[in-house]
This record gives sequence, structure tokens and C-alpha cells, in this order.
Amino acid sequence: MIKTDVLVIGAGPTGLFAVHQLGIIGLKSEVVDNLDKIGGQCIELYPDKPIYDIPAISECTGEELTKNLLKQIEPFETNFHLNERVEELKKDVSNWQVTTSKKKVFITPNIIIAGGVGSFEPRKFSTKDAEKFEGKSVFYSIKDKNLFKNKKICIFGGGDSALDWAIELSNFSEVTLVHRRTEFRGAPSSLETVKKLEKSRKIRILTPYQLNTIEGDKNIKSISLKKEDGKIEKLEMDYVLGFFGLIMKLGPIANWGLNLDKKTIKVNTETFQTNQEGIFAIGDICTYPGKLKLILSGFHEAALAARACYKLARPNEKYRFEFTTTSKNIKGRLGIDSNKK
Amino acid sequence: MSKITYIEHNNKSHTIDVPNGLSVMEGAVQNNLMGIDADCGGSMACATCHVYVDENWHEKLPKKEEGEEDMLDVAYEPNRFSRLSCQIMVSNDLDGLIVRLPSKQA
Repeated sequence: MIKTDVLVIGAGPTGLFAVHQLGIIGLKSEVVDNLDKIGGQCIELYPDKPIYDIPAISECTGEELTKNLLKQIEPFETNFHLNERVEELKKDVSNWQVTTSKKKVFITPNIIIAGGVGSFEPRKFSTKDAEKFEGKSVFYSIKDKNLFKNKKICIFGGGDSALDWAIELSNFSEVTLVHRRTEFRGAPSSLETVKKLEKSRKIRILTPYQLNTIEGDKNIKSISLKKEDGKIEKLEMDYVLGFFGLIMKLGPIANWGLNLDKKTIKVNTETFQTNQEGIFAIGDICTYPGKLKLILSGFHEAALAARACYKLARPNEKYRFEFTTTSKNIKGRLGIDSNKK
Repeated sequence: MSKITYIEHNNKSHTIDVPNGLSVMEGAVQNNLMGIDADCGGSMACATCHVYVDENWHEKLPKKEEGEEDMLDVAYEPNRFSRLSCQIMVSNDLDGLIVRLPSKQA
């Protein structure tokens, strides 16, 4: 059980700056994110794409922005709980109790939801058959590659994950690589390797095909593929792997009794509190009249939500506004020696 | 203004006057049309504004930029008429455009 002043959900730019705003006013926070890395959409969707509208930074990439935000919160030594999704929410007297997918429990008076458009999850096959076999013979990520040793594997997708796993598994499995079009979008060097392996008959490539059906009882026996012209191809198969990138889903937060508008959460713009006391929403996931989905708006929202958290985290103290340039308290929290200029 | 017709998966049809210069995605989102999510807000970073362009219109649209086809790889049930509606800009040339929505986006 982890007790904290504030639980921040989402390690994107808004969540990271919330940690900063909480830190300078003396509140401790813990951060949970479903991705395996820090940075949210900036890292997952556009690490190399330039951003031009961060105040005072004429140009930076998603990766640089994340790195700089992390540097800014270094003094607060914040714990990040990655690869974990928040699941259950319970009220426990004056605190909230949040349980994650790894069964970690947080006790906190404040929750800041900085969840972007939701948590990233793998995009799945559209055919209903795939659900039946998911986790047994249909996978969207690989935990133990030994499972596939000396088996017939069909890999779907055209990006780096699909190519990399096709190469890796071709060492000891019979690999078929299927993609909906003839061009692959993975790294040129990986594609070259795959083409070489195709020539030496280590990998079979089938394009433009998509998964049509999966047959089997407990395990997969065979699958059928559909070509764009409607032609059907049947293949004997043991395992099916799909690498179609990630989609964003609101997930269990949708059932937390918050006031939702489509996939966003309605907030009061004075404090960014939702309809539940002590639960705040900032960044892309919140909505209010005039809301702009910009990183800079998320920063503003983080600053106000952090101050609002103070009330519930320190009910017997009065929050006093201070500037970072002059406050000895803040400099102390940042580990800056006030005697120096 | 150009008339854009969005046909939902259940064949329910909506014809909307969309100001020129907006994208087909924005035309839908600003009119609260369900079926186009546009999670990334139009930066070609997700594939949740996926539409099937009407056969007769498909060839008339400006060609896809490089990244769009890559993004369509991760769309829900793409086919050769698939486009990301955030990348189709409305203009007089597109007056009367018909797009069909997939059964779901994610």
C-alpha cells in the first residue's frame, strides 16, 4: 500500500509538469502509466516529430520535451509505476483508494488524471475468431519466444515489430509474414533482412492479404487469409501474432462515476476538479468550454489543479502563493542553494 | 461550403455543409457525428478518423502523403478505398463527396 499526497495518472507532458507543480508547493506524488516508458503520446506517437508551440522553445521533438520535463522534476525523486493501468477506485473515508492492474494499492486524498486520450493498448484483429484464441494461440506481444520453437507462426503487420519478430522467430520457427499491402513501413535494414530470409526460404511473405478466419478447438489448427480481390488462402498454423500498433482507450476510468463527454472528462476550470471531490482531470482528457488540446493548455491546467490538491493534502495548512524566483521554500525543494545567485 | 455525405456503418446518411479549408474529419467532429473519433486531433498520428471513400470519388482526391498509408496499416479493417479523413481537405472540387464509416475505429 502506497500513501501519497497525489496520484498522477499518465506520464505524458501534462502529468510530468503536474509533478513539478506539486513538487514546488511541497506535495509528494506518484505516477502510474500503462506504457512501458515515460512521455505519453510525445514518445509513443511522435518522438521525432518537431513541436513548435511550446512557449519559449521555438522547436523541439517529443523526445526532447519529455527529457527536459524529466530533468525539471528530478529534484522531487518521483516514483513512476510503468506498465501499470489504474483499475479500481474506492472511497476510503477521506481518501481515495486506487488499485492498479498489478494489484498495487494507492491511498491518496487527490488523484490527477492526465491520461491524454486514454491508455495505449494493442490494436487487435477484427475477426471475432481471434478473441476465442487470444492469450492461448493469438498474441499481440511476445513474453516468451520459446513458446514458438519449431512451430508454424503467422505474423501480421507491416511495421518494425512485425519485421523484427519475423526475423527473430525465423531462427527456430516456420514463419509466414502477412501484410495488407505490398509495401512494409519498417526500417529499411530490417526489410532487407526479411527479403534475404524470404529468398533463402526461411520466411514466407504473403501480400496483400488480411486475416479472414481462424479454425481450431483448444488450439489453432488452420487460418484462412483473404486477398484484396476476394481470393481465399488456407494455411495450417499453430500460432498467430498481430502487430498493428497501439490504440487509445479510456479503460476503467470510464466507470469511475465521472462526468463524461464522449471520451473526455468535464471539469471546473477554477480547480480542474471533476464532479468527484479530490479527482482532477487535466490535459487532453479534460473538457470545458473553450478547451484547446495543446500541451501548453495542459501545463496551465496542471498548475491550477496542483494548488487545488493542496487543500485536501494539507487540510490544516494554508496555501500561500510564492514565486520560484524569490521563494526560499521553493528553492529548498528544488535543492538550490539560496545564498548563491 | 461544400456538401459532404457521411454514411454510417448502419447506412444512416448525414449530409453536412462543411466550410472549405476544413478537413473531412473536422466537418464530422464539429457536427458531433459519431463514428469518427480522431483521437490525435488530426496530426496523422493515429488511425481513428478512418473512412472508406466512395468508389466514384476515390480517384478524384489528391494523393496520399507518405505517412498516411503507413498509418492506415493500423486502421480497423482498411481496404483500397481507405483514407484518413483528417488528410482530406474540403474544397469546391470535393462538393458532393461521399465517405463511408467503418463499423468502429478502434
